[in-house]
Amino acid sequence: MSTRTVEMALATPGLDAQGRPNRLPLMAVSGTSDDEFGAEHMLVNIGPQHPATHGVLRLVLELEGETVIRCIPHIGYLHSGFEKLGEYRHYNQIIPLTDRTDYLSPMANNVCLALAAEKLMGIEITERCRVLRVIACEMSRIISHLVWLGTTGIDLGAFTPFLWSFYQRERIYNLQEAWTGARLTTSLTRVGGMMADVPEGWEAGLRDFCQTFPKTLDEVDTMFTRNSIWCGRTQNVGILSAEEAISYSLSGPMLRASGVDYDVRKDRPYLGYETYDFDVPVGEHGDIYDRYRVRLEEMYQSNRILEQALDRLGRLKGAPLNTSDHRAILPPKSQAMSDMEAMIHHFKQVMEGVPAPAGEAYMGVENPKGELGYYFVADGTAKPVRWRIRPPSFINLACLPKLCEGALLSDVIAINASVDIVMGEIDR
Amino acid sequence: MTATAPAPSPSVEALRAAFGTAILSHAVSCGDTIVLVDRHRAHDILAWLKTTPGQEYNYLTDVTAVDYRDPGQPLEVVYQLRSLGRKADLRIKVPLDKTGSLEVDSVFDLWRGADWLEREVFDMFGVTFAGHPDLRRILMWDTYAEGHPLRKDFPLRGNFTRAEQTRQALAANPEANYSIEELSIADAFSELPDDMKRRLAAGQRGELS
Repeated sequence: MSTRTVEMALATPGLDAQGRPNRLPLMAVSGTSDDEFGAEHMLVNIGPQHPATHGVLRLVLELEGETVIRCIPHIGYLHSGFEKLGEYRHYNQIIPLTDRTDYLSPMANNVCLALAAEKLMGIEITERCRVLRVIACEMSRIISHLVWLGTTGIDLGAFTPFLWSFYQRERIYNLQEAWTGARLTTSLTRVGGMMADVPEGWEAGLRDFCQTFPKTLDEVDTMFTRNSIWCGRTQNVGILSAEEAISYSLSGPMLRASGVDYDVRKDRPYLGYETYDFDVPVGEHGDIYDRYRVRLEEMYQSNRILEQALDRLGRLKGAPLNTSDHRAILPPKSQAMSDMEAMIHHFKQVMEGVPAPAGEAYMGVENPKGELGYYFVADGTAKPVRWRIRPPSFINLACLPKLCEGALLSDVIAINASVDIVMGEIDR
Repeated sequence: MTATAPAPSPSVEALRAAFGTAILSHAVSCGDTIVLVDRHRAHDILAWLKTTPGQEYNYLTDVTAVDYRDPGQPLEVVYQLRSLGRKADLRIKVPLDKTGSLEVDSVFDLWRGADWLEREVFDMFGVTFAGHPDLRRILMWDTYAEGHPLRKDFPLRGNFTRAEQTRQALAANPEANYSIEELSIADAFSELPDDMKRRLAAGQRGELS
């Protein structure tokens, strides 16, 4: 005996006279009004202020008993209009905006933006700059995955690995702070180079991290990988096949856990990633457990890359960091104060910015969450006509309704955690 | 741009052979091949690129749009395609004359990933995607009335005055932001206070008493 009031008029897509979308169009679920016990459907709202949604994500769930019939995500609570703001800024001024999109891996976003602008302007960067950017990207991958590991553990009731992973994350944050002066808003790169070189003795700190960090991963591996509770909660939950994962445009660990071997670092190499020795873990079942395994292994691999990059950095001691073309990047301050031409370059860059030739460039990089892409359209001025962020979390989250269909309510928390979202990037 | 013009992707020739005049033009910028196509054939062309052997652009990297600073220039819907097997990229653009209707066919039936991407383009640029099953705003809220933020005729601070924006923000109550449809699923509608029922039925999202 269903008392559902409006069942038929649920799907009402379209626009009203003012061009605004009509009511929230929910599609009617066919033939599932009551189950055999006569239970009615229940509506559960999770978020936007809920720790298990990993940010200001709001999920409206229709339940039949404990089974999710339908999941409707609502996003946009953190919308800041970054793409619009970017159109009013010089290329270098956009870099601080990228810190605030995926704020769990700010350095990797900075690197992607610099690469996109350099592709647009045709600027070659130095070898030392490439190595430092690889270090920045892999450090970001480790801290982002550590946050994922810790919070997912908490969502599933395991508290200790959270403390371990956040302890290790703190060590990277300290290194990040020593390098950039900031823990979160790093703004590390500049178009054509870096904001700063690493300070004296910094490499030793990272080397120490690389040598001791895998021990924590081993401990997490011992704690989780063959833990019956962990396996029970994650295996065969939230499954997505390889075809579905491609159709949903997933990227990063989400795509690879489903068995698709696509990693931007291998398939469209940038920053010389093809010269580093590392493996790309690929899952086969596409469930939460495989996503966990993929991310855990990626941290080991990032550590390998970091060690190789540190070796190269040692060999490049004293090599130039920034491109020598001072029309693209600020000359050293001492030079700007003593040399007329350098001062002119300095003045013009600060006042007018660096113009990009008319054209467009898409630069995709492998960020911790998936493929982050920056797409610039330029018209010859110092500010882009369009700055598009291809947000990996946004696109990965779009498959959440599909993953949650038919799952238990308690699994929704685990599934949502396994997508590894960051709302700053989804809402932008 | 570099002095030596790089060759465009071989897909351009194949597209011209298969679709003729529906391929408006092509260009190479920063090493990426861009193909401009007619909006009426855009869906056919994208479907062809996805399924034809030798093309196999099976991965939709991104859907977005570009509005140029020159108001006379058409708005462009941009599809970033990728062939995972062939490791090749192609950018398809659909120019839309701003004096006509801003509408293209949805590619939701080809790639499920187009769902939210097209909703975002609709939300930010006002382009409608015919055949999209659930085309509604995604980042801005349902009742947002200022327009489409990423259009160039939309000022950075919005179309409404700051006072009006503040008034609307204060009047809004996110707690009451369930749609009647959502409430009806839970059979909760009948248990609401009469006053709230009346206001919800009138489409109001006011204060929750």
